[in-house]
Amino acid sequence: MNFSISQVHIAPVYLVLVGFAVGVLGGLFGVGGSFLAGPALFGFGLPMNFVVGTDLAHIMGKSVVAARKHYLLGNIDFRLGGLMLFGTIPGVECGARLIERLKRSAHVDEVVGLTFILILVTISLFMAWESWATLKKNRSTVAGKKGRSSNGSAKEDDRSVFAFVAHHVQRFHLPPFVRLPASGIPRVSFLVIIGVSFVGGFFSGFLGGGAGYIRMPSMIYILGIPTRVAVGTDLFEVIISAGFGTITHALKGNVDVLVALVMHTGAALGAQFGAVLTQYVSGTRIRLAFFPLPLIGALIIAYGLWAKHAVTPGAF
Amino acid sequence: MNRDLKSELRSFLGEALLYAAVLLVYFAAVLHFLGAWLYHLFVAERKLYAFVTVGLIAAQGLLLEELTRRISSWIGWKRPPAGPAGRS
Repeated sequence: MNFSISQVHIAPVYLVLVGFAVGVLGGLFGVGGSFLAGPALFGFGLPMNFVVGTDLAHIMGKSVVAARKHYLLGNIDFRLGGLMLFGTIPGVECGARLIERLKRSAHVDEVVGLTFILILVTISLFMAWESWATLKKNRSTVAGKKGRSSNGSAKEDDRSVFAFVAHHVQRFHLPPFVRLPASGIPRVSFLVIIGVSFVGGFFSGFLGGGAGYIRMPSMIYILGIPTRVAVGTDLFEVIISAGFGTITHALKGNVDVLVALVMHTGAALGAQFGAVLTQYVSGTRIRLAFFPLPLIGALIIAYGLWAKHAVTPGAF
Repeated sequence: MNRDLKSELRSFLGEALLYAAVLLVYFAAVLHFLGAWLYHLFVAERKLYAFVTVGLIAAQGLLLEELTRRISSWIGWKRPPAGPAGRS
């Protein structure tokens, strides 16, 4: 199929398959999946400026489907999502401005790439350790309690050995405070929410994509949001940031909407499949399954830097 | 494997097959006709193109989700109801 806007020829089945894989990741983990879709589009021959813009358009469409699914499952905390926008948008702007400053130096790719690798590897190792330790603790707890239901409740399945951090954060006396009943949090400082969302937005602007790989773990471990709600609320945030990014890039001529539409047909099915899977996998296991994904992104960036390939880390 | 999950996978496979058939028609018809119009917008009406892009991708998402839901319902495979997350 010839895509006249970006002047490339790509077999639609490849786009549908990549879209499906990225859709499952989005539905299950609440991440945009740009660390996978971006390099794939580049590999199909799409120019880099179209990779960035088209991927954002595709992420937005995919997130609309997955977020609607999570909304129907009761997995979105709209109050939290709305409050986080006050930190996300300035964060994106600050990250983008830092990139503009770094562009003036000769080593922007190396600085951004190494930062990205460091963050992705840290997140991956931390989530692997935390999920493994939590699963181990849950097994010993279940084994020690005879007569208890083997299924347990959703909240019990979502326990974390790192939960003490969220408990401490929720006790911070930094007014004003907000209640998040949909997330089961009676009181948390608004400034803490702003801080978490600003960091997520900053990395979205600095490293590109939806930055779900950093926002989702932050919501779980720092704010204490249940994993499924963190996944759904993160998707809500991605719709806003990716929608804004799509319009900006489309105005600059960086979006091939036909490529995004074809890729999205696979993502629509994958996102539903991923969202439904969250109902059958405990929060701890979702987190454990998440840990290889940032490593894949880190490897792609490391390869790009090593090979001096044209893969710009900020694009993913 | 959980019985619900097995039923879910079976439902998904059936849905995917019908979905693939609908996609073939979609690619052949809709995208073919939209292509020329979108290219014209991209070249001549960039602002309109930007908003049409967002509208199209969001509308396609909701349309395809509704389509898959209807296919699933038409086949007669019903998904088990799910409770609100974070509450047992």
